[in-house]
Amino acid sequence: MNIKYAISDTVVMTDRVLKQMLRSPDTVITVLIMPIMMLLAMRFVFGGAMNLGGIGTADYMLPGIILMCVLSGIAYTAFRLNNDVQKGIFERFHSMPIAKSSILGGHVLTSVISNAVSAAALVLAGLLVGFRPQAGLVGLLLAAAVILLFIAAMTWVSVFFGLIAKSTETSSVFSYLLIGLAFTSSSFVPVGTMPAALAAFAKYQPMTPIADCVRALFLGRPRAGSLWIALAWCVGIGAAFWALSIQAYNQRRK
Amino acid sequence: MNAINVSGLRKSFKAQAVLGGVSFNVKRGEIFALLGSNGAGKTTTVKILTTLLRADEGAAQVCGFDVRKQGREVRACISLTGQFAAVDDIQTGRENLIMVGKLRHLPDPETEAEKQLEAFGLTDAADKPLSVYSGGMRRRLDLAMSMVGGPRGLSNPQGRGVQVVFLDEPTIGLDPQSRLSVWNTIRKMSKSGATIFLTTQHLEEADSLADKIAVLHKGTIAAEGTAAELKKLAPPPKLELSFLEETHMARAREILTEYQTEAGALTLLVMTDGSVKQAAAILYKLESAGIAAAFAQKPPTLEEAFLSIIKEGTK
Repeated sequence: MNIKYAISDTVVMTDRVLKQMLRSPDTVITVLIMPIMMLLAMRFVFGGAMNLGGIGTADYMLPGIILMCVLSGIAYTAFRLNNDVQKGIFERFHSMPIAKSSILGGHVLTSVISNAVSAAALVLAGLLVGFRPQAGLVGLLLAAAVILLFIAAMTWVSVFFGLIAKSTETSSVFSYLLIGLAFTSSSFVPVGTMPAALAAFAKYQPMTPIADCVRALFLGRPRAGSLWIALAWCVGIGAAFWALSIQAYNQRRK
Repeated sequence: MNAINVSGLRKSFKAQAVLGGVSFNVKRGEIFALLGSNGAGKTTTVKILTTLLRADEGAAQVCGFDVRKQGREVRACISLTGQFAAVDDIQTGRENLIMVGKLRHLPDPETEAEKQLEAFGLTDAADKPLSVYSGGMRRRLDLAMSMVGGPRGLSNPQGRGVQVVFLDEPTIGLDPQSRLSVWNTIRKMSKSGATIFLTTQHLEEADSLADKIAVLHKGTIAAEGTAAELKKLAPPPKLELSFLEETHMARAREILTEYQTEAGALTLLVMTDGSVKQAAAILYKLESAGIAAAFAQKPPTLEEAFLSIIKEGTK
């Protein structure tokens, strides 16, 4: 396969999926406005009642809100992909002389781009309401890298569910479960404040080290341990769901 | 060279055999209809020929390329319009066409889109979102997308590009008026030099469009030929007798017990072997009994031809 076509086909496909996203107002509201509203609510409504161990509300919660924002954003990735699978357009693309990688590639790139933009918007909004990162350039770049890796891993989770869901309505249900996972982690409150059983669960599920690591990186605190655990979770989940997705995708021709 | 050669195609899904050895050829430039009822295996055949699905056994060439080993070459010379209008709702008609042109790597997708919009009568709606398109317009856009980079394409002077167009039930779910308009569109597509492979459940559609028809029934080709040839396989004509009174009709049924009959309101359909001798005998009996009756000969409909063909096929 000509590499030039592989790139140009992926550009066309990404342009198509980005258009789908930008032209549907509810998507823009969910992936951009909702997280900012949540940030404001956490900061000004709940924040005053919370004791977060000496860390400012915005400083503590922003990483968790970024995770939540990504988890709701990828629901749309699964939804759009499943819509393509259910409608004939997937088959039309497959009967055309295009680079196969561009068909999923357009959805994956759109998901990464749109979630990265949402995350960046959240950081900017956070700066307005008291988020004060203390990290140096390396720390900030590392935080951005972990967030991007998290987005990529979650995108492949959504690709898998988008491919296998029997209907468009059920294709994004998985994201609610992941959001539940984020709520029962250290994203919004320290694990130590939870009942013992829940705390044990929260400590060992992936969202806690990821949220802890991004927070530590932003705030310039030493949390090398959680960085490696977070990276391992992201790479592991991403690789597993990438493999599952490719298998589900190839199953189609059998 | 044929546009499509198919021999001994077999395909099963789990234990369910869908195609049980399908063979046929499609000549270049003709409109070929694969006719069959729901579940006959039409879509499976289309998917195998368009490289979406692998056959378990058998061979198929499209444009001279093996669908199994030369998928890329096959995809470069075909287009597929599936059962559901495969158009992108969020984009305008023009954007849909330009997207396909770009994916076919045409040098000038914009000009090609303009040309197809004109050819398919969509110029006025070109820049409107698809949500305002009627079912017929969506279908026409769907077909136009199949013809982007097609045989008559400006952007395709060497005669490469789309040569064989696959249409899987192109008129499913359309009202009669849109159906006629799609038929005309398909004829135009054929005139521009494309080979058309279509599937349909309707004999009328196959009869009206196709140069050649293959009847697919339970995964095998039950009959193949022109519409006229297939009609010859139909049962012989029936004799339709109409009466003035119920008593006459009852009497007629008594007289004609040796024949198979079907009663209607003051009419009786008598199955015959199509011979003059038999018709004369029936009419003579009625005349002798003094029952005044009018008669008409009912030629078999295409539907009956179809049913009789698939009945043969199951024997």
